[in-house]
Amino acid sequence: MSTEVKTKESLFSKKNQQLLKDPFNDNNPITVQVLGICSALAITVKLEPAIVMSLSVMFVLAAGNVIISLIRNLIPNRIRIIVQLVVVASLVILVDQFLKAFAYDVSKQLSVFVGLIITNCIIMGRFEAFALGNGPWKAFLDGIGNSIGYGVILIAVAFVRELLGSGQLLGAQIIPLSWYIDMDKGTGFYANNGFFLFPPMALIVVGMIIWAQRAKNTKLIEEN
Amino acid sequence: MNVNSNAYTYTFATVMVVLVAVLLAGASLGLKSKQENNVKQEKMQSILASVGVEVDRSEAEAAYGEVIKEVLTIKGGKVVSTDRETGFNVDMAGAIKAENMNREVPLYVANKGGENYYIIPLRGKGLWGPVWGFVSLESDGNTVVGANFGHKSETPGLGAEITTPMFTDQFPGKKISEAGLFQSISVVKQGTSSGDYMVDGISGGTITSNGVNDMLADCLAPYAEYFKNI
Repeated sequence: MSTEVKTKESLFSKKNQQLLKDPFNDNNPITVQVLGICSALAITVKLEPAIVMSLSVMFVLAAGNVIISLIRNLIPNRIRIIVQLVVVASLVILVDQFLKAFAYDVSKQLSVFVGLIITNCIIMGRFEAFALGNGPWKAFLDGIGNSIGYGVILIAVAFVRELLGSGQLLGAQIIPLSWYIDMDKGTGFYANNGFFLFPPMALIVVGMIIWAQRAKNTKLIEEN
Repeated sequence: MNVNSNAYTYTFATVMVVLVAVLLAGASLGLKSKQENNVKQEKMQSILASVGVEVDRSEAEAAYGEVIKEVLTIKGGKVVSTDRETGFNVDMAGAIKAENMNREVPLYVANKGGENYYIIPLRGKGLWGPVWGFVSLESDGNTVVGANFGHKSETPGLGAEITTPMFTDQFPGKKISEAGLFQSISVVKQGTSSGDYMVDGISGGTITSNGVNDMLADCLAPYAEYFKNI
């Protein structure tokens, strides 16, 4: 740790607020740092799993950041990545066990995605880049901020994919059934775009979000 | 203390691993009975749902006791046990490894509104992991009343659609045998099903649909012999 003089900083000082806000736009983990893309492709076919995944990542990232930050001075430098992995993996298994016992229906929703949380590069990235060098409260805010930045993109992509791919949102039919082309009756003019159900479309949607974000926020554009 | 010395690194790793192991093992042991109870209740809930009795998971146990009159264990077309627990606890994943005629599988007999129904458990392979389900038949042992399916890890929006009404609503009224000869119900390419022995598969979920197709053929067959004699 540093030798700088510790001045008492208020819990929500400007600097701390920045930790929450930055990942939302200027430093978004998905669209700017391009981390966590794998889960953004895998679970954005429908809105509901995307929301559950965002909340789970929020819990694991915030709790993990705090734990790593608390023991940051005890971790031997050479095995720090392994220590980080153990912390993420145990947290995820604990969450999974508790969900299975007390919120069985949610745990069924999550099923395979629980494993995906462990492989989410955002989590290891924040442990390594932030929690190892900052105090627990700051690490907590950083975890919350980054997982919100991640969740917002995930939910936006899932919204587009479920609406255009299945005509539904959260499982409820949005596109009126009478619009659909019915070969037998010869009515309707609409069909779901099945391509949106496949992973490549998630990449294209993320790409478009990056494009829109950079068009608005010009300081993100690199100079050539 | 030098946190980067070899001795410290080994000590840290050992302590960490032991602590984490104790924590996880404790959580697993402590929560086991509650988790198993959830799984049991969910199984009862699925069995009931296949004959159209929809209950909350918390009420499943009471409703199961009321609706399910008998649990038979069938082997080679004969009843080998009538013990309710024996039938309910048959491990389907293990049972389906045996040959058709040597297989010990449960048959649930339900009574709803004075009518008897047979409920058959299913178990098979999807794309990423196991798929399972229950099919209920009328007292003739042929006409399907309802079906529901579950899966461990099929793709949401594609293979996982086998659990939705869009897929399961096709089953009521289908038949599993023709003039006493076992037929099963085929899951065919979406939009091409016709007649009493076919349902539409899920487009984009072909391997899961094929898995359900194989599961139906494989798991319904052992009961055909028994139904011949009722």
